[in-house]
Amino acid sequence: MAKRIMKSVKQSLPGPDDIYRVALSNGITVLARSSFDSPSISMGGYLPAGAIFESDAKLGLADFVSSSLMRGTQTRTFDAIYNELESVGASMGFDSGVHNTSFGGRTLVEDLPLLLNLLSESLQTPTFPANEVEKLRAQLLTGLAIRAQDTSDVAAMAFDRMLFNDHPYGRPSDGFVETIQSITQKDMQEFHRAHFGPKGMIIAIVGAIEPEKAVEEVERVLGGWQVPGQVSALALPAHKPVKKTIKHHHALAGKSQSDLVIGMIGPRRKDPEYLSASLGNSVLGQFGMMGRIGDVVREKSGLAYYASSSLNAGTGPGTWEVSAGVNPKNLKKAIGLIENELRRFIKGGVTKVELADSQANYIGRLPLSLESNSGVASAIMNIERYDLGLDYYQRYEGLVKNVTRAEVLETARKYINPDRLVISTAGP
Amino acid sequence: MANKITQITLKNGMKVMLKEIHTAPIISSWVWYRVGSKDEPTGKTGISHWTEHMQFKGTKKFPANILDKAISREGGRWNASTSHDSTRYFETMPADKIDLALRLESDRMKNSNYNAKEVDSERTVIISEREGHENEPMFRLTEAVQNTAFHVHPYHHEIIGDMADLHTISRDDLFEHYRTYYVPNNAVLCMAGDFETKSMVKRIKQLFESIPKGATPPRLARPEPEQKGEVRLSVEGPGETTFIQIAYRFPNATHPDYFSLQVLDSLLGGASGLSYKTSRLYRALVDKEYAVDVSGWSEATIDPFLYRIMITNHPKRKPEEALAALDSEILNIQNVLVSNDEIKRAVKQARAVFAYGSENITNQAFWMGYVEMFSSYEWFTTYLDKLAKVTPQDVQRVAQKYLQPKSRVIGTYIPMGVEA
Repeated sequence: MAKRIMKSVKQSLPGPDDIYRVALSNGITVLARSSFDSPSISMGGYLPAGAIFESDAKLGLADFVSSSLMRGTQTRTFDAIYNELESVGASMGFDSGVHNTSFGGRTLVEDLPLLLNLLSESLQTPTFPANEVEKLRAQLLTGLAIRAQDTSDVAAMAFDRMLFNDHPYGRPSDGFVETIQSITQKDMQEFHRAHFGPKGMIIAIVGAIEPEKAVEEVERVLGGWQVPGQVSALALPAHKPVKKTIKHHHALAGKSQSDLVIGMIGPRRKDPEYLSASLGNSVLGQFGMMGRIGDVVREKSGLAYYASSSLNAGTGPGTWEVSAGVNPKNLKKAIGLIENELRRFIKGGVTKVELADSQANYIGRLPLSLESNSGVASAIMNIERYDLGLDYYQRYEGLVKNVTRAEVLETARKYINPDRLVISTAGP
Repeated sequence: MANKITQITLKNGMKVMLKEIHTAPIISSWVWYRVGSKDEPTGKTGISHWTEHMQFKGTKKFPANILDKAISREGGRWNASTSHDSTRYFETMPADKIDLALRLESDRMKNSNYNAKEVDSERTVIISEREGHENEPMFRLTEAVQNTAFHVHPYHHEIIGDMADLHTISRDDLFEHYRTYYVPNNAVLCMAGDFETKSMVKRIKQLFESIPKGATPPRLARPEPEQKGEVRLSVEGPGETTFIQIAYRFPNATHPDYFSLQVLDSLLGGASGLSYKTSRLYRALVDKEYAVDVSGWSEATIDPFLYRIMITNHPKRKPEEALAALDSEILNIQNVLVSNDEIKRAVKQARAVFAYGSENITNQAFWMGYVEMFSSYEWFTTYLDKLAKVTPQDVQRVAQKYLQPKSRVIGTYIPMGVEA
């Protein structure tokens, strides 16, 4: 039974034979891969115009700019842009983080030219119309008021602030009420002029189109984009290490549940120990019903509906964090259980069976993560962003299997020090 | 997307729906039980959802810690959820590993442990889940509106259940619920993915056909009487943001007006799964700065349920101003015929959303079971055609019939500020 009729697992993975990669002369890298299983296309990408360029006084500027790109261009109003998109069931959006402004969209294949035209206009000729900027400002401020009441958002924000201190990773990229209020239309125009350009931009197109045709379409709308003064990506400053455990509780009255985040710095995505940290994290707080953390906090103690750990690795130093939502009276107990698990983890590492389980999970689930066009698009963008090599997913099984227990333990000890934790909680 | 499927019923009454898709080496398998929060009497609210949790506590053959590890080890993704009308369990696995999921589901259809200690531990987990929901103003508002909209029908309570019942439901209550509803003649198995139907049917029969048929489980039927007048309520809580929820009564998913209402919903609040910045309500409320967000939401249900409009009020406006703008837009769609082009647009949007959904095998298996709970697979395969047949007159008629102030509930979340 379960006879595989079409493709083996290996054949279904993206690789050098079917990822089409072209560098345009203006600096844009286009990645494309075909899949004709559905008449749809997923598009994604990014360019180096992130919050790293913002001053503390204008925190949230990159985010405000990215949210404004589709609020009006030299040729179309906000309503006209969305009318074109929504009339054909397509969608597109922009977002920003510390390093990049990213974008994504999807469409039926017949409407790809429309989607790319709108992408190109939004990137190249946004006008930041004053009335739309003010409407958006009210929306962003309401978002911040809602964030201020969300126990998990508040705990996570304080965690980043304590862990990274003055580093750009310690600041919320959606800003604060005062900074969003202070951002002017002129700030937005200047930010756009300085940082939006083809240099360093990546775009991936995945779906029911021949890759050469996809590249042609991108070239048509973005190939002529030139921004001579585009500011280059900034290097990250160093961050100060945490010397001893720091605790902070943010009181939020009228809430039924408290959220907690406990953690430390984790590896960068490009660090050689990334995969051993990731597999270690799987044992610690992911595998099965959220690993060892889920087992002690949820299954054995019944303290939380959710309890897990996560490794967030990107361009710069990452975070390795445990989070849970618990009844306020159980907060201390949950923190104690999590600290114990961290101590146990760096004392004895993972067992042979635990490591083998997580390795099997990583290898087995890969095709599932590549099921949809958007899954493939983000996979091939990861290859590009972190120089993983076009054959990365075909080498992946070997890379995962090669990680040893000793490496997991060594990596865990490198990053986890139970006496130097950041413990952030929010709730009543 | 191709819609050819195989449907059979086993000797014990279990329905099986199979759809071969050979685009990726993946299979998704779902077991649906015809029981949800609509089957729960007062005192037992939340029991369907809690039973769903208990189904992860293992059987003799697959003890809890073996169960989840076995699936994860094979790279599978699995989960479960409970709705008003049904409870469903799924595993999406590499195709050559799907047998594990089938063995697990056949075993836990009849052999789950309902250990008292595990019940107590899960009680606090579920209470914690509810407390997490209670942190959210929208949950509190939605619950209050639903409680008010239904006095008789069990759609009255939230799926997670009332806190009082979460403290008192016992191990025996849960076990009885399990024994009553988890019988093959109350279950539907749906699979989509990279398999060959003939051999899969054979294997399913081996694993499931010997499970004895049970008594046909009762379904709680307490029709809600007609609402005779608008009801308004308020919920107070921390924060600075006012939320408004307006709930109108919508018929069940097999009602002749259903598809006209889907078009109406799409024109008012935008197409499901897409952005909605050119929907009528967005233009009337957000563009005009009465609100910072507005969206519409309906569900395909067995019994008549609600069409809900959610407004996040503009900080500089009073809730009454947003409501007046909403009423004016509703009057407009009741009085002025929409154009054929607007309907065509809604159909095109739905066609796109269907295409995106067909990229994903888990989603395709989901839909087979989902529609089977209230209708048949034909409901799904003819969805776009039925949408295309809706006329401007149909939209006007259902707008006039269902969007009546006298049959709505309006709830407002009143923010009491931030305590220092």
